[in-house]
Amino acid sequence: MEILVCVKRVPDTSENEIELNGAGNDIDRDDLVYSVNEWDNYAVEEALQIVDKVGGGVTVISVGDDESEEVLRREMAMGADKGILLSDDAFEETDGRGIAAVLKAAVDKGNYDLILTGAQADDGAAQVGGMLAAMMDVPFASLVNTIEVDGDKLKIGREIEGGNQEMHEISMPCVLSIQTGINEPRYVGIRGIRKVASVEIPTMGAADLGVDAAAVAARVKRADYFLPDLGEGAEILEGDTDEIIEKLIELLKAKGGLK
Amino acid sequence: MAQIFSYILHKDGVVDDTALELAAAAKKIDAGATPNAIVVGSGDSLDAVCNEMVASYGEVWKVANDAITYPDAEMIRKLLVNILPADSILLFAHEHLGMDLAPGLSVKMDSAFVSDVVDVEGADGATLKLVRQEFGGAVSAHVTCDASQGAVMTMRPGAFAADESKGAGGQVVDKSAEAGDLAVNRKFLEIVEAEAGDVDITKSEVLVSCGRGIEDEENLEIAFDLAKAMGADVSCSRPIVDAKWLPKARQVGTSGQTVKPKVYLACGISGSFQHMGGIKGNPFIVAINKNPKAPIFQVADVGVVDDMLDFLPELTEKIEEL
Ligand SMILES: Cc1cc2nc3c(=O)[nH]c(=O)nc-3n(C[C@H](O)[C@H](O)[C@H](O)COP(=O)(O)OP(=O)(O)OC[C@H]3O[C@@H](n4cnc5c(N)ncnc54)[C@H](O)[C@@H]3O)c2cc1C
Repeated sequence: MEILVCVKRVPDTSENEIELNGAGNDIDRDDLVYSVNEWDNYAVEEALQIVDKVGGGVTVISVGDDESEEVLRREMAMGADKGILLSDDAFEETDGRGIAAVLKAAVDKGNYDLILTGAQADDGAAQVGGMLAAMMDVPFASLVNTIEVDGDKLKIGREIEGGNQEMHEISMPCVLSIQTGINEPRYVGIRGIRKVASVEIPTMGAADLGVDAAAVAARVKRADYFLPDLGEGAEILEGDTDEIIEKLIELLKAKGGLK
Repeated sequence: MAQIFSYILHKDGVVDDTALELAAAAKKIDAGATPNAIVVGSGDSLDAVCNEMVASYGEVWKVANDAITYPDAEMIRKLLVNILPADSILLFAHEHLGMDLAPGLSVKMDSAFVSDVVDVEGADGATLKLVRQEFGGAVSAHVTCDASQGAVMTMRPGAFAADESKGAGGQVVDKSAEAGDLAVNRKFLEIVEAEAGDVDITKSEVLVSCGRGIEDEENLEIAFDLAKAMGADVSCSRPIVDAKWLPKARQVGTSGQTVKPKVYLACGISGSFQHMGGIKGNPFIVAINKNPKAPIFQVADVGVVDDMLDFLPELTEKIEEL
Protein backbone atom coordinates (compact mmCIF):
# COMPACT_ATOMS: atom_id res chain seq x y z
CA MET A 1 0.00 0.00 0.00
CA GLU A 2 1.34 3.44 -0.91
CA ILE A 3 0.56 5.97 1.81
CA LEU A 4 1.06 9.71 1.66
CA VAL A 5 1.09 11.63 4.95
CA CYS A 6 0.67 15.41 4.94
CA VAL A 7 2.64 17.12 7.71
CA LYS A 8 3.07 20.71 8.89
CA ARG A 9 5.79 22.51 10.80
CA VAL A 10 4.25 24.45 13.68
CA PRO A 11 5.35 26.36 16.79
CA ASP A 12 5.48 23.84 19.60
CA THR A 13 2.93 25.04 22.15
CA SER A 14 4.39 22.88 24.89
CA GLU A 15 7.81 24.49 24.38
CA ASN A 16 6.66 28.09 23.84
CA GLU A 17 4.35 30.53 25.46
CA ILE A 18 2.52 31.99 22.48
CA GLU A 19 2.31 35.73 23.06
CA LEU A 20 1.54 38.87 21.08
CA ASN A 21 4.42 40.95 19.73
CA GLY A 22 5.04 44.54 20.84
CA ALA A 23 2.77 45.99 18.16
CA GLY A 24 0.00 43.64 19.26
CA ASN A 25 -0.86 42.52 15.73
CA ASP A 26 1.08 39.29 15.41
CA ILE A 27 2.47 36.64 17.69
CA ASP A 28 6.00 37.10 18.92
CA ARG A 29 7.95 34.96 16.46
CA ASP A 30 11.41 35.49 17.95
CA ASP A 31 12.91 32.36 19.47
CA LEU A 32 9.91 30.15 18.76
CA VAL A 33 10.68 26.46 18.95
CA TYR A 34 9.09 24.58 16.05
CA SER A 35 8.23 20.93 15.66
CA VAL A 36 5.94 18.67 13.68
CA ASN A 37 2.23 19.18 14.34
CA GLU A 38 1.26 16.71 17.07
CA TRP A 39 -1.63 15.17 15.08
CA ASP A 40 0.60 14.63 12.01
CA ASN A 41 3.10 12.68 14.04
CA TYR A 42 0.38 10.20 14.99
CA ALA A 43 -0.58 10.00 11.30
CA VAL A 44 2.99 9.12 10.29
CA GLU A 45 3.21 6.46 12.99
CA GLU A 46 -0.09 4.96 11.82
CA ALA A 47 1.12 4.85 8.21
CA LEU A 48 4.32 3.09 9.29
CA GLN A 49 2.36 0.52 11.29
CA ILE A 50 0.04 -0.20 8.34
CA VAL A 51 2.96 -0.65 5.96
CA ASP A 52 4.67 -2.91 8.50
CA LYS A 53 1.64 -5.18 8.34
CA VAL A 54 0.67 -5.15 4.67
CA GLY A 55 3.79 -3.85 2.89
CA GLY A 56 4.23 -0.77 0.74
CA GLY A 57 5.78 2.63 1.29
CA VAL A 58 5.23 5.84 3.21
CA THR A 59 5.87 9.30 1.75
CA VAL A 60 5.69 12.44 3.87
CA ILE A 61 4.83 15.74 2.24
CA SER A 62 4.67 19.31 3.46
CA VAL A 63 3.67 22.67 2.05
CA GLY A 64 6.02 25.18 3.63
CA ASP A 65 9.29 27.02 3.43
CA ASP A 66 12.81 25.55 3.43
CA GLU A 67 12.67 25.07 7.17
CA SER A 68 9.88 22.54 6.79
CA GLU A 69 12.55 20.20 5.51
CA GLU A 70 13.65 19.54 9.09
CA VAL A 71 10.15 18.28 9.90
CA LEU A 72 10.14 16.00 6.85
CA ARG A 73 13.52 14.65 7.91
CA ARG A 74 12.27 14.01 11.42
CA GLU A 75 9.38 11.95 10.05
CA MET A 76 11.75 10.13 7.69
CA ALA A 77 13.89 9.29 10.69
CA MET A 78 10.77 7.62 12.12
CA GLY A 79 10.75 5.40 9.06
CA ALA A 80 9.04 7.21 6.18
CA ASP A 81 10.71 6.28 2.89
CA LYS A 82 10.45 9.57 1.06
CA GLY A 83 9.91 13.24 1.69
CA ILE A 84 8.54 15.88 -0.67
CA LEU A 85 8.57 19.61 -0.02
CA LEU A 86 6.08 21.85 -1.80
CA SER A 87 7.44 25.34 -1.63
CA ASP A 88 6.80 28.56 -3.54
CA ASP A 89 6.37 32.22 -2.66
CA ALA A 90 2.95 31.92 -4.27
CA PHE A 91 1.84 29.50 -1.52
CA GLU A 92 2.74 31.78 1.37
CA GLU A 93 -0.38 33.93 1.59
CA THR A 94 -2.86 31.23 0.69
CA ASP A 95 -5.66 29.76 2.82
CA GLY A 96 -6.59 26.18 3.74
CA ARG A 97 -8.24 25.64 0.42
CA GLY A 98 -5.10 26.78 -1.39
CA ILE A 99 -2.97 24.36 0.66
CA ALA A 100 -5.37 21.55 -0.25
CA ALA A 101 -5.13 22.54 -3.94
CA VAL A 102 -1.33 22.41 -3.80
CA LEU A 103 -1.43 18.99 -2.13
CA LYS A 104 -3.96 17.78 -4.69
CA ALA A 105 -1.57 18.70 -7.51
CA ALA A 106 1.20 16.71 -5.82
CA VAL A 107 -1.09 13.74 -5.17
CA ASP A 108 -1.91 13.65 -8.88
CA LYS A 109 1.80 13.11 -9.61
CA GLY A 110 1.93 10.00 -7.44
CA ASN A 111 -0.12 6.86 -7.05
CA TYR A 112 -1.37 6.66 -3.49
CA ASP A 113 -3.93 4.28 -2.00
CA LEU A 114 -4.29 6.16 1.24
CA ILE A 115 -3.67 9.76 2.25
CA LEU A 116 -3.44 10.74 5.90
CA THR A 117 -3.46 14.18 7.49
CA GLY A 118 -3.59 15.25 11.11
CA ALA A 119 -7.09 16.07 12.36
CA GLN A 120 -5.96 19.67 12.80
CA ALA A 121 -2.87 21.81 13.30
CA ASP A 122 -1.83 24.97 15.15
CA ASP A 123 -4.68 27.07 13.74
CA GLY A 124 -7.29 24.51 14.82
CA ALA A 125 -8.93 24.72 11.41
CA ALA A 126 -9.28 20.97 10.75
CA GLN A 127 -9.88 21.64 7.08
CA VAL A 128 -7.17 20.43 4.70
CA GLY A 129 -7.96 16.69 4.75
CA GLY A 130 -11.65 17.10 4.00
CA MET A 131 -10.95 19.63 1.26
CA LEU A 132 -8.30 17.43 -0.35
CA ALA A 133 -10.68 14.45 -0.42
CA ALA A 134 -13.39 16.57 -2.05
CA MET A 135 -10.94 17.87 -4.67
CA MET A 136 -9.86 14.29 -5.40
CA ASP A 137 -13.46 13.11 -5.33
CA VAL A 138 -12.65 10.27 -2.93
CA PRO A 139 -14.24 9.39 0.42
CA PHE A 140 -13.09 11.09 3.62
CA ALA A 141 -13.30 10.43 7.33
CA SER A 142 -12.16 12.80 10.07
CA LEU A 143 -10.99 12.19 13.64
CA VAL A 144 -9.98 8.62 12.85
CA ASN A 145 -8.73 6.66 15.86
CA THR A 146 -8.56 3.09 14.52
CA ILE A 147 -7.67 1.69 11.09
CA GLU A 148 -7.89 -1.95 10.05
CA VAL A 149 -6.95 -3.01 6.53
CA ASP A 150 -9.43 -5.37 4.89
CA GLY A 151 -8.38 -6.05 1.27
CA ASP A 152 -8.99 -2.92 -0.79
CA LYS A 153 -11.16 -1.49 1.96
CA LEU A 154 -10.47 -0.12 5.40
CA LYS A 155 -12.50 -0.52 8.55
CA ILE A 156 -12.08 2.69 10.48
CA GLY A 157 -13.31 4.21 13.73
CA ARG A 158 -14.07 7.91 14.15
CA GLU A 159 -13.93 9.48 17.56
CA ILE A 160 -17.24 11.13 18.44
CA GLU A 161 -18.62 12.53 21.69
CA GLY A 162 -18.23 10.87 25.06
CA GLY A 163 -15.40 8.59 23.96
CA ASN A 164 -17.77 6.69 21.66
CA GLN A 165 -16.64 5.49 18.27
CA GLU A 166 -18.38 5.65 14.91
CA MET A 167 -17.33 2.69 12.74
CA HIS A 168 -17.25 2.81 8.95
CA GLU A 169 -16.10 0.77 6.02
CA ILE A 170 -14.35 3.02 3.51
CA SER A 171 -12.98 2.20 0.08
CA MET A 172 -9.58 3.24 -1.16
CA PRO A 173 -8.22 5.53 -2.34
CA CYS A 174 -9.42 7.75 0.48
CA VAL A 175 -8.29 10.53 2.80
CA LEU A 176 -8.37 10.12 6.58
CA SER A 177 -7.62 12.76 9.20
CA ILE A 178 -6.00 11.24 12.26
CA GLN A 179 -6.85 11.96 15.88
CA THR A 180 -4.24 11.90 18.65
CA GLY A 181 -4.09 8.75 20.76
CA ILE A 182 -4.58 6.37 17.80
CA ASN A 183 -1.14 4.87 18.55
CA GLU A 184 2.03 5.61 20.47
CA PRO A 185 4.40 7.41 18.09
CA ARG A 186 7.91 5.99 18.18
CA TYR A 187 10.75 7.97 19.61
CA VAL A 188 13.21 9.59 17.23
CA GLY A 189 16.77 9.94 18.44
CA ILE A 190 19.60 12.10 17.15
CA ARG A 191 21.04 8.99 15.50
CA GLY A 192 17.91 8.44 13.45
CA ILE A 193 17.92 12.05 12.30
CA ARG A 194 21.59 11.80 11.33
CA LYS A 195 20.90 8.75 9.18
CA VAL A 196 18.53 10.68 6.94
CA ALA A 197 20.41 13.99 7.10
CA SER A 198 21.77 13.69 3.59
CA VAL A 199 18.82 12.06 1.86
CA GLU A 200 17.67 14.32 -0.91
CA ILE A 201 14.23 15.84 -0.49
CA PRO A 202 12.79 16.96 -3.81
CA THR A 203 11.16 20.40 -3.80
CA MET A 204 8.34 21.33 -6.12
CA GLY A 205 6.99 24.81 -6.78
CA ALA A 206 3.86 26.17 -8.42
CA ALA A 207 5.21 25.70 -11.96
CA ASP A 208 6.30 22.09 -11.33
CA LEU A 209 2.89 21.30 -9.94
CA GLY A 210 0.90 23.25 -12.52
CA VAL A 211 -0.81 25.27 -9.78
CA ASP A 212 -1.93 28.67 -11.05
CA ALA A 213 -2.44 31.86 -9.08
CA ALA A 214 -6.23 31.44 -8.99
CA ALA A 215 -5.93 28.07 -7.22
CA VAL A 216 -4.03 29.62 -4.34
CA ALA A 217 -5.83 32.98 -4.17
CA ALA A 218 -7.02 33.25 -0.56
CA ARG A 219 -10.68 33.93 0.13
CA VAL A 220 -10.06 33.65 3.85
CA LYS A 221 -7.41 35.91 5.35
CA ARG A 222 -6.16 36.54 8.85
CA ALA A 223 -6.11 40.28 9.51
CA ASP A 224 -4.28 40.21 12.84
CA TYR A 225 -3.84 38.45 16.15
CA PHE A 226 -5.18 39.98 19.36
CA LEU A 227 -6.05 39.19 22.95
CA PRO A 228 -9.75 39.57 23.57
CA ASP A 229 -10.92 41.40 26.66
CA LEU A 230 -12.69 38.63 28.53
CA GLY A 231 -13.50 40.49 31.70
CA GLU A 232 -11.86 39.83 34.99
CA GLY A 233 -10.93 36.19 34.83
CA ALA A 234 -9.64 34.33 37.85
CA GLU A 235 -8.71 35.92 41.13
CA ILE A 236 -5.01 35.12 41.31
CA LEU A 237 -4.00 34.18 44.85
CA GLU A 238 -0.98 36.22 45.94
CA GLY A 239 1.57 35.80 48.69
CA ASP A 240 4.10 33.13 49.57
CA THR A 241 3.16 29.50 49.09
CA ASP A 242 1.98 29.07 52.68
CA GLU A 243 -0.31 32.09 52.42
CA ILE A 244 -1.66 30.94 49.07
CA ILE A 245 -2.36 27.46 50.43
CA GLU A 246 -4.09 28.90 53.48
CA LYS A 247 -6.37 31.05 51.31
CA LEU A 248 -7.02 28.18 48.93
CA ILE A 249 -7.96 25.79 51.75
CA GLU A 250 -10.46 28.34 53.11
CA LEU A 251 -12.00 28.69 49.66
CA LEU A 252 -12.12 24.94 49.13
CA LYS A 253 -13.83 24.48 52.49
CA ALA A 254 -16.40 27.13 51.65
CA LYS A 255 -17.17 25.62 48.26
CA GLY A 256 -17.45 22.03 49.45
CA GLY A 257 -14.11 20.97 48.00
CA LEU A 258 -12.84 19.25 51.16
CA LYS A 259 -14.53 16.28 52.70
CA MET B 1 -26.79 39.18 1.04
CA ALA B 2 -27.09 35.47 0.26
CA GLN B 3 -29.45 33.24 2.20
CA ILE B 4 -28.16 31.85 5.46
CA PHE B 5 -28.84 28.22 6.42
CA SER B 6 -28.12 26.47 9.70
CA TYR B 7 -27.64 22.72 9.75
CA ILE B 8 -29.63 21.43 12.74
CA LEU B 9 -28.16 18.65 14.89
CA HIS B 10 -30.74 16.41 16.53
CA LYS B 11 -30.93 12.96 18.05
CA ASP B 12 -34.03 10.91 18.90
CA GLY B 13 -36.20 13.97 18.35
CA VAL B 14 -34.16 16.17 20.68
CA VAL B 15 -32.69 19.30 19.12
CA ASP B 16 -29.08 20.08 20.03
CA ASP B 17 -28.33 23.30 21.94
CA THR B 18 -26.31 24.55 18.98
CA ALA B 19 -29.48 24.98 16.86
CA LEU B 20 -30.37 28.26 18.56
CA GLU B 21 -26.72 29.30 18.80
CA LEU B 22 -26.47 29.08 15.01
CA ALA B 23 -29.63 31.21 14.73
CA ALA B 24 -27.91 33.84 16.87
CA ALA B 25 -24.74 33.62 14.76
CA ALA B 26 -26.78 34.04 11.57
CA LYS B 27 -28.27 37.27 12.92
CA LYS B 28 -24.81 38.54 13.75
CA ILE B 29 -23.85 37.99 10.11
CA ASP B 30 -26.95 39.77 8.82
CA ALA B 31 -29.18 41.45 11.39
CA GLY B 32 -31.98 41.82 8.86
CA ALA B 33 -31.99 38.22 7.72
CA THR B 34 -34.41 35.51 8.69
CA PRO B 35 -32.12 32.52 8.59
CA ASN B 36 -33.30 29.14 7.33
CA ALA B 37 -32.72 25.72 8.83
CA ILE B 38 -31.98 22.34 7.30
CA VAL B 39 -33.23 19.26 9.12
CA VAL B 40 -32.14 15.91 7.74
CA GLY B 41 -33.06 12.47 9.03
CA SER B 42 -35.82 9.90 9.04
CA GLY B 43 -38.77 8.72 11.07
CA ASP B 44 -41.49 10.44 13.08
CA SER B 45 -39.13 12.39 15.27
CA LEU B 46 -38.04 14.42 12.23
CA ASP B 47 -41.35 16.28 12.11
CA ALA B 48 -41.13 17.12 15.79
CA VAL B 49 -37.69 18.64 15.20
CA CYS B 50 -38.92 20.64 12.19
CA ASN B 51 -41.97 21.91 14.08
CA GLU B 52 -39.76 23.08 16.91
CA MET B 53 -37.45 24.93 14.54
CA VAL B 54 -40.14 27.04 12.83
CA ALA B 55 -40.16 29.26 15.91
CA SER B 56 -36.54 30.22 15.30
CA TYR B 57 -36.06 29.97 11.53
CA GLY B 58 -37.87 31.36 8.47
CA GLU B 59 -37.93 28.29 6.30
CA VAL B 60 -37.18 24.89 7.74
CA TRP B 61 -36.03 22.64 4.94
CA LYS B 62 -36.95 19.11 5.84
CA VAL B 63 -35.25 16.22 4.10
CA ALA B 64 -36.63 12.84 5.13
CA ASN B 65 -34.55 9.97 3.83
CA ASP B 66 -34.32 6.43 5.18
CA ALA B 67 -30.71 6.17 4.03
CA ILE B 68 -29.78 8.91 6.50
CA THR B 69 -31.21 7.43 9.68
CA TYR B 70 -27.72 7.85 11.09
CA PRO B 71 -26.23 11.28 10.20
CA ASP B 72 -23.49 10.19 7.82
CA ALA B 73 -21.40 13.15 6.69
CA GLU B 74 -20.51 11.72 3.28
CA MET B 75 -24.17 11.31 2.34
CA ILE B 76 -25.35 14.56 3.86
CA ARG B 77 -22.66 16.45 1.96
CA LYS B 78 -23.97 15.07 -1.33
CA LEU B 79 -27.51 15.88 -0.35
CA LEU B 80 -26.68 19.48 0.56
CA VAL B 81 -24.87 20.03 -2.73
CA ASN B 82 -27.98 18.77 -4.49
CA ILE B 83 -30.49 21.00 -2.71
CA LEU B 84 -28.76 24.25 -1.74
CA PRO B 85 -28.34 27.46 -3.75
CA ALA B 86 -24.65 27.76 -4.68
CA ASP B 87 -23.94 31.10 -3.04
CA SER B 88 -25.54 30.27 0.33
CA ILE B 89 -23.94 30.94 3.68
CA LEU B 90 -24.03 27.63 5.57
CA LEU B 91 -23.53 27.31 9.29
CA PHE B 92 -22.61 24.12 11.14
CA ALA B 93 -21.64 23.41 14.72
CA HIS B 94 -17.90 22.80 15.11
CA GLU B 95 -18.18 19.25 16.41
CA HIS B 96 -17.48 15.83 14.96
CA LEU B 97 -20.18 15.86 12.28
CA GLY B 98 -19.39 19.41 11.17
CA MET B 99 -15.68 18.59 11.04
CA ASP B 100 -16.42 15.55 8.87
CA LEU B 101 -18.83 17.27 6.54
CA ALA B 102 -18.08 20.94 6.14
CA PRO B 103 -14.55 21.31 4.66
CA GLY B 104 -15.38 19.03 1.72
CA LEU B 105 -18.76 20.69 1.29
CA SER B 106 -17.08 24.06 0.80
CA VAL B 107 -15.02 22.58 -2.04
CA LYS B 108 -18.05 20.97 -3.67
CA MET B 109 -20.03 24.23 -3.41
CA ASP B 110 -16.99 26.29 -4.45
CA SER B 111 -17.49 28.41 -1.34
CA ALA B 112 -15.08 29.94 1.16
CA PHE B 113 -14.53 27.95 4.36
CA VAL B 114 -13.89 29.11 7.92
CA SER B 115 -13.97 26.75 10.87
CA ASP B 116 -14.35 27.07 14.62
CA VAL B 117 -15.65 30.63 14.48
CA VAL B 118 -16.08 32.08 17.98
CA ASP B 119 -17.57 35.46 17.06
CA VAL B 120 -18.96 37.41 14.13
CA GLU B 121 -18.13 41.11 14.03
CA GLY B 122 -20.29 41.82 11.02
CA ALA B 123 -20.28 41.99 7.25
CA ASP B 124 -18.91 44.56 4.84
CA GLY B 125 -20.71 43.74 1.61
CA ALA B 126 -19.89 40.10 0.94
CA THR B 127 -16.85 40.19 3.24
CA LEU B 128 -17.54 38.60 6.61
CA LYS B 129 -15.52 39.71 9.62
CA LEU B 130 -15.01 36.82 11.99
CA VAL B 131 -13.06 35.92 15.11
CA ARG B 132 -11.20 32.63 15.61
CA GLN B 133 -8.67 31.34 18.08
CA GLU B 134 -5.31 29.77 17.36
CA PHE B 135 -2.64 27.90 19.30
CA GLY B 136 -5.09 26.19 21.62
CA GLY B 137 -6.81 29.46 22.54
CA ALA B 138 -3.63 31.33 23.50
CA VAL B 139 -4.44 34.11 21.00
CA SER B 140 -7.43 35.24 18.97
CA ALA B 141 -7.39 36.31 15.33
CA HIS B 142 -9.58 38.57 13.19
CA VAL B 143 -10.36 36.79 9.95
CA THR B 144 -11.99 38.10 6.79
CA CYS B 145 -13.93 35.78 4.55
CA ASP B 146 -14.92 36.60 0.97
CA ALA B 147 -18.41 35.10 0.83
CA SER B 148 -19.26 36.44 -2.64
CA GLN B 149 -19.41 32.85 -3.94
CA GLY B 150 -20.95 31.55 -0.73
CA ALA B 151 -19.41 30.44 2.54
CA VAL B 152 -19.39 27.34 4.72
CA MET B 153 -18.59 27.93 8.37
CA THR B 154 -18.43 25.87 11.54
CA MET B 155 -19.26 27.75 14.72
CA ARG B 156 -17.85 26.83 18.12
CA PRO B 157 -20.53 25.30 20.39
CA GLY B 158 -21.21 27.55 23.35
CA ALA B 159 -19.56 30.62 21.81
CA PHE B 160 -22.81 32.27 20.67
CA ALA B 161 -25.58 32.99 23.17
CA ALA B 162 -28.65 31.04 22.01
CA ASP B 163 -31.31 33.10 20.23
CA GLU B 164 -34.33 32.37 22.41
CA SER B 165 -36.61 34.99 20.82
CA LYS B 166 -38.67 32.30 19.04
CA GLY B 167 -40.52 34.88 16.96
CA ALA B 168 -39.58 33.70 13.47
CA GLY B 169 -42.97 32.19 12.69
CA GLY B 170 -41.44 30.08 9.96
CA GLN B 171 -42.73 27.18 7.93
CA VAL B 172 -41.60 23.69 7.05
CA VAL B 173 -40.66 23.17 3.41
CA ASP B 174 -40.36 19.53 2.39
CA LYS B 175 -37.30 19.11 0.17
CA SER B 176 -37.16 15.32 0.44
CA ALA B 177 -37.89 14.83 -3.27
CA GLU B 178 -34.81 16.88 -4.26
CA ALA B 179 -32.29 14.79 -2.33
CA GLY B 180 -30.96 13.17 -5.50
CA ASP B 181 -28.29 10.50 -5.76
CA LEU B 182 -26.71 9.77 -2.37
CA ALA B 183 -24.43 6.85 -3.28
CA VAL B 184 -21.11 7.08 -1.40
CA ASN B 185 -18.00 4.95 -0.91
CA ARG B 186 -18.10 4.99 2.86
CA LYS B 187 -20.53 2.84 4.78
CA PHE B 188 -21.62 3.48 8.36
CA LEU B 189 -21.45 0.25 10.37
CA GLU B 190 -22.18 0.90 14.04
CA ILE B 191 -21.45 2.95 17.13
CA VAL B 192 -19.08 1.37 19.62
CA GLU B 193 -19.82 2.72 23.09
CA ALA B 194 -16.98 3.82 25.36
CA GLU B 195 -15.85 1.37 28.02
CA ALA B 196 -16.80 2.20 31.59
CA GLY B 197 -13.86 3.04 33.82
CA ASP B 198 -12.83 2.16 37.35
CA VAL B 199 -14.36 5.39 38.66
CA ASP B 200 -17.33 7.29 37.29
CA ILE B 201 -16.06 10.88 37.22
CA THR B 202 -19.44 12.10 35.99
CA LYS B 203 -20.69 11.50 39.54
CA SER B 204 -17.74 13.06 41.38
CA GLU B 205 -18.36 16.18 43.45
CA VAL B 206 -14.73 17.18 43.62
CA LEU B 207 -12.19 16.55 40.87
CA VAL B 208 -8.43 16.95 40.85
CA SER B 209 -7.78 17.11 37.12
CA CYS B 210 -4.32 16.99 35.64
CA GLY B 211 -3.10 17.98 32.22
CA ARG B 212 0.11 17.90 30.25
CA GLY B 213 1.73 19.97 33.02
CA ILE B 214 2.06 16.73 35.01
CA GLU B 215 5.00 16.06 32.66
CA ASP B 216 5.59 12.43 33.58
CA GLU B 217 3.52 9.35 34.33
CA GLU B 218 5.25 8.88 37.69
CA ASN B 219 4.12 12.32 38.80
CA LEU B 220 0.47 11.23 38.68
CA GLU B 221 1.01 10.06 42.23
CA ILE B 222 0.93 13.65 43.50
CA ALA B 223 -2.51 14.11 41.97
CA PHE B 224 -3.81 10.90 43.53
CA ASP B 225 -2.33 11.90 46.89
CA LEU B 226 -4.06 15.27 46.77
CA ALA B 227 -7.33 13.69 45.67
CA LYS B 228 -7.14 11.26 48.57
CA ALA B 229 -6.55 14.05 51.07
CA MET B 230 -9.44 16.06 49.66
CA GLY B 231 -11.86 13.17 49.21
CA ALA B 232 -11.82 13.83 45.48
CA ASP B 233 -11.40 11.76 42.32
CA VAL B 234 -8.70 12.20 39.70
CA SER B 235 -9.64 13.20 36.16
CA CYS B 236 -7.47 14.49 33.34
CA SER B 237 -7.18 16.20 29.98
CA ARG B 238 -6.78 14.41 26.70
CA PRO B 239 -2.97 14.28 26.35
CA ILE B 240 -2.80 12.17 29.53
CA VAL B 241 -5.12 9.62 27.94
CA ASP B 242 -3.33 9.80 24.57
CA ALA B 243 -0.13 8.92 26.42
CA LYS B 244 -1.99 5.96 27.98
CA TRP B 245 -1.17 7.19 31.49
CA LEU B 246 -4.84 7.14 32.54
CA PRO B 247 -7.87 5.39 31.02
CA LYS B 248 -10.20 7.22 28.62
CA ALA B 249 -13.01 7.09 31.20
CA ARG B 250 -11.09 9.70 33.24
CA GLN B 251 -10.86 12.21 30.37
CA VAL B 252 -12.90 15.40 30.73
CA GLY B 253 -14.00 17.09 27.54
CA THR B 254 -16.04 16.98 24.37
CA SER B 255 -14.50 13.69 23.31
CA GLY B 256 -14.43 12.39 26.88
CA GLN B 257 -16.76 12.71 29.85
CA THR B 258 -19.07 15.54 30.80
CA VAL B 259 -18.59 16.21 34.51
CA LYS B 260 -20.69 18.29 36.93
CA PRO B 261 -18.60 18.63 40.09
CA LYS B 262 -18.94 21.30 42.78
CA VAL B 263 -15.21 21.97 42.72
CA TYR B 264 -12.77 21.43 39.84
CA LEU B 265 -9.02 21.75 40.32
CA ALA B 266 -7.39 22.15 36.92
CA CYS B 267 -3.69 21.41 37.37
CA GLY B 268 -1.37 21.96 34.42
CA ILE B 269 -4.30 22.29 32.04
CA SER B 270 -4.26 25.12 29.48
CA GLY B 271 -8.05 25.41 29.19
CA SER B 272 -8.81 24.44 25.58
CA PHE B 273 -12.48 24.71 24.59
CA GLN B 274 -12.65 20.95 24.02
CA HIS B 275 -11.59 20.39 27.61
CA MET B 276 -13.79 23.10 29.13
CA GLY B 277 -16.72 21.83 27.03
CA GLY B 278 -16.86 18.80 29.32
CA ILE B 279 -17.30 20.83 32.51
CA LYS B 280 -20.93 21.66 33.26
CA GLY B 281 -22.99 22.94 36.17
CA ASN B 282 -20.82 26.00 36.83
CA PRO B 283 -18.40 24.50 39.38
CA PHE B 284 -15.90 26.48 41.42
CA ILE B 285 -12.79 26.19 39.23
CA VAL B 286 -9.30 26.50 40.68
CA ALA B 287 -6.51 26.67 38.10
CA ILE B 288 -2.94 25.83 39.00
CA ASN B 289 -0.64 26.66 36.13
CA LYS B 290 2.90 27.95 35.86
CA ASN B 291 2.06 30.19 32.90
CA PRO B 292 0.22 33.33 34.11
CA LYS B 293 -1.10 33.82 30.57
CA ALA B 294 -2.66 30.36 30.26
CA PRO B 295 -6.24 30.67 28.89
CA ILE B 296 -7.54 28.63 31.85
CA PHE B 297 -7.12 31.73 34.05
CA GLN B 298 -9.80 33.48 32.00
CA VAL B 299 -12.42 30.90 32.93
CA ALA B 300 -11.30 29.85 36.40
CA ASP B 301 -12.64 31.44 39.60
CA VAL B 302 -9.34 31.30 41.41
CA GLY B 303 -5.82 30.92 40.08
CA VAL B 304 -2.48 29.88 41.48
CA VAL B 305 0.55 30.67 39.33
CA ASP B 306 3.04 28.01 40.31
CA ASP B 307 4.67 24.76 39.30
CA MET B 308 2.08 22.11 40.10
CA LEU B 309 4.82 19.58 40.81
CA ASP B 310 5.89 21.71 43.79
CA PHE B 311 2.53 23.14 44.74
CA LEU B 312 0.33 20.02 44.85
CA PRO B 313 2.46 18.07 47.38
CA GLU B 314 2.56 21.11 49.69
CA LEU B 315 -1.19 21.56 49.40
CA THR B 316 -1.70 17.86 50.14
CA GLU B 317 0.49 18.11 53.23
CA LYS B 318 -1.41 21.10 54.61
CA ILE B 319 -4.77 19.45 54.00
CA GLU B 320 -3.62 16.29 55.73
CA GLU B 321 -2.65 18.39 58.77
CA LEU B 322 -6.18 19.77 59.12
C1 LIG C 1 -11.77 16.85 18.09
C2 LIG C 1 -10.99 17.11 19.33
C3 LIG C 1 -11.50 16.68 20.53
C4 LIG C 1 -10.79 16.92 21.71
N1 LIG C 1 -11.34 16.49 22.88
C5 LIG C 1 -10.70 16.78 24.04
C6 LIG C 1 -11.26 16.37 25.30
O1 LIG C 1 -12.31 15.72 25.36
N2 LIG C 1 -10.60 16.71 26.43
C7 LIG C 1 -9.42 17.40 26.42
O2 LIG C 1 -8.86 17.68 27.50
N3 LIG C 1 -8.86 17.77 25.26
C8 LIG C 1 -9.47 17.46 24.07
N4 LIG C 1 -8.87 17.83 22.88
C9 LIG C 1 -7.51 18.38 22.90
C10 LIG C 1 -7.48 19.85 23.23
O3 LIG C 1 -7.61 20.59 22.05
C11 LIG C 1 -6.14 20.22 23.89
O4 LIG C 1 -5.08 19.84 23.05
C12 LIG C 1 -5.95 19.58 25.26
O5 LIG C 1 -7.09 19.80 26.06
C13 LIG C 1 -4.74 20.15 25.94
O6 LIG C 1 -4.53 19.49 27.16
P1 LIG C 1 -3.71 20.21 28.32
O7 LIG C 1 -4.38 21.45 28.72
O8 LIG C 1 -3.47 19.17 29.36
O9 LIG C 1 -2.30 20.44 27.61
P2 LIG C 1 -1.62 21.79 27.12
O10 LIG C 1 -2.53 22.58 26.27
O11 LIG C 1 -0.30 21.40 26.58
O12 LIG C 1 -1.43 22.62 28.46
C14 LIG C 1 -0.56 22.25 29.47
C15 LIG C 1 -0.59 23.38 30.49
O13 LIG C 1 0.20 23.01 31.59
C16 LIG C 1 0.97 24.11 32.01
N5 LIG C 1 2.13 23.53 32.68
C17 LIG C 1 3.17 22.86 32.13
N6 LIG C 1 4.00 22.42 33.08
C18 LIG C 1 3.48 22.81 34.27
C19 LIG C 1 3.86 22.65 35.62
N7 LIG C 1 4.98 21.97 35.96
N8 LIG C 1 3.09 23.19 36.58
C20 LIG C 1 1.96 23.88 36.28
N9 LIG C 1 1.55 24.05 35.00
C21 LIG C 1 2.29 23.52 34.02
C22 LIG C 1 1.27 24.88 30.77
O14 LIG C 1 1.52 26.24 31.09
C23 LIG C 1 -0.02 24.69 29.96
O15 LIG C 1 -0.94 25.73 30.22
C24 LIG C 1 -9.56 17.59 21.68
C25 LIG C 1 -9.05 18.02 20.46
C26 LIG C 1 -9.73 17.76 19.30
C27 LIG C 1 -9.17 18.22 18.00
